Amino acid sequence: MSGNGTNRPILEVNGLRKYFNVKSGVLHAVDGVDLHIGKGETLGLVGESGCGKSTLGRVVIGLVDATEGEILFDGRNTLAFDKREKAAFRRRAQIVFQDPYSSLNPRMSVSQLIAEPLDINRACASRREMDKKVAELMDTVGIAGRLAGAYPHELDGGRRQRVGVARALALDPEFIVLDEPVSALDVCIQAQILNLLGELKRRDGYTYLFISHDLSVVKYVSDRIAVMYLGKIVETADRLDLFKTPQHPYTQALLSAAPIAKRGAARERIVLEGDVPSPISPPPGCRFQGRCRYRKDVCRSETPELRPVGANGHAAACHFAGELGA
Amino acid sequence: MKTLHTAGTPLLEIRNLSVVYETDTGVVHAVDDLNIRLEQGKTLGFVGETGAGKTTTARAILRIIQSPPGKITGGRILFEGTDLLSLTDEEMRSIRGGRISMIFQDPMTSLNPVMPVDEQIAEMVRLHADVSAEEARARAVEMLRMVGIRPDRAGDYPHQFSGGMRQRVVIAVALACTPALLIADEPTTALDVTIQAQVLELIKELQKKVRTSMILITHDMGIVAEICDEVAIMYAGSVVEYAPIDPLFERPLHPYTRGLFRAIPDITDDSTAAIEVIPGTPPDPTDPPKGCSFSPRCSRAKDVCFEKRCGMREALPGHFVDCYFPLLEEEDALARSEGGAR
Repeated sequence: MSGNGTNRPILEVNGLRKYFNVKSGVLHAVDGVDLHIGKGETLGLVGESGCGKSTLGRVVIGLVDATEGEILFDGRNTLAFDKREKAAFRRRAQIVFQDPYSSLNPRMSVSQLIAEPLDINRACASRREMDKKVAELMDTVGIAGRLAGAYPHELDGGRRQRVGVARALALDPEFIVLDEPVSALDVCIQAQILNLLGELKRRDGYTYLFISHDLSVVKYVSDRIAVMYLGKIVETADRLDLFKTPQHPYTQALLSAAPIAKRGAARERIVLEGDVPSPISPPPGCRFQGRCRYRKDVCRSETPELRPVGANGHAAACHFAGELGA
Repeated sequence: MKTLHTAGTPLLEIRNLSVVYETDTGVVHAVDDLNIRLEQGKTLGFVGETGAGKTTTARAILRIIQSPPGKITGGRILFEGTDLLSLTDEEMRSIRGGRISMIFQDPMTSLNPVMPVDEQIAEMVRLHADVSAEEARARAVEMLRMVGIRPDRAGDYPHQFSGGMRQRVVIAVALACTPALLIADEPTTALDVTIQAQVLELIKELQKKVRTSMILITHDMGIVAEICDEVAIMYAGSVVEYAPIDPLFERPLHPYTRGLFRAIPDITDDSTAAIEVIPGTPPDPTDPPKGCSFSPRCSRAKDVCFEKRCGMREALPGHFVDCYFPLLEEEDALARSEGGAR
């Protein structure tokens, strides 16, 4: 799915924060994120549950309002858009959700589901044009025409996810957030969807933000990867650099924790102690210090910023990045 | 299939097991003439996709298939020489949680939310062993300590623990009566990868310490590679390949197994080439194909495959496969010359 994009970012995010007020305090879901995605590039966003990756994906396409920060799409701040500009932006930036079971209206047929975004945005001049577009989309994502009248419960997970992809493609977007698009699928179906996403990108040059917790999938699909932990990006690098020379202790632990589907592939595993701390009113300092085997005093008092640690924009948010054995 | 091994008395032997679910849309053949054998002290991986019959097989062993709609329609489940299907409900109750116990995927649904965790373990112990309340409670604390939970948290309720800790509690409950067989159904699927790593390390450590035989149900080949001694690949309700771990990973013989391996993005591989996929989807379990269940998707299928299921045969010593045309060496070379390999 790679094929490097141009250097000009289609999306640039600066100092983005999203806080939620909850009963016990303020939940820092996204807490000061900077990132950029080049046109035609796939950025993999990886992290564990609750790290804020899905919230980040939703905030960047405007499904959820940001608390603070800047989101530049094609150089223009989307947070300052008026209603009309916002509507136009939403056509250009789409999302595919994880669960094809709950993200499709069970009372709508396949063709109705795919026509819905076209209808809402009055994208087609006539009924005939819309039918034609729906048929094209079904063909693009590989759903047989005979299934046009089928309802979601009659489809298997893979076909449902194809419908989700068709809906996202309906308005000819440029940028698509893929939020765990294959996590609910069996491996054979997962492979089919990954291939589909790759083909679409090669054909139409989409830019993807691919959110996943699965490291092997992220490595396969991404050009660059950002690792998220408790609301912050802790490391970002080209896909191969990240796997070869991870610099942040969390990235190192995460990579070492993934089981490898090969015999004799066993390596030294860094088993992290404890759990991810609560994102509600997190303590000052490094978010990871409570589980970090390299922690020093400074980690408790000062929050490390993302800083360059190698070639090709490799950056890590650790006071000691570059000094730790990878 | 006569027998899978010749030596030793197996701990568990399943012969020709069939389980159906009678639903409004037809009879679902969830497990169809399944044969498997597990030796003492070994860990057997059940691998397969959704609907392959992994969980139904596990539930059949414990006889906890909900009926109706489920029904065991045939076969024998020999555990320590006794056919579990011939036992009375009461006899079966004493086996569950005692000689055989099970860990479910979701720890929250298998724990009692309104009972402290130490009491849940103690309750299990008292059900199966003639001990006093204090002894049972001491055993509970000891079990919790073994899975890495401090004694001062023994009186906490399930909701006070994180997901990974809850799964540790579930493991403690399951092992409290030192079962001869532990069935773990996707024990780490609901957990994050760093927490999964903790639980996998724990399972490996306990395997050494407790020496319980185990059936590990998973869809994750990485976990299989790490934990299992033997692997059974399941497809459409039956085992299609069964072998010790190394031969299975080095040379899968069933076309389905090979397809499954090739469909997984390889984290040690830098390639971004298209993934080789098995075309189509598994068969409709209410209307399984007449011959081999994989034949409609198999690129190697010949006439005989569509007519009659092959049945398990020993293609290589100790390596069993339900296929007329297993992927043996000369065939591999042929496939390569045709450009079939990735």
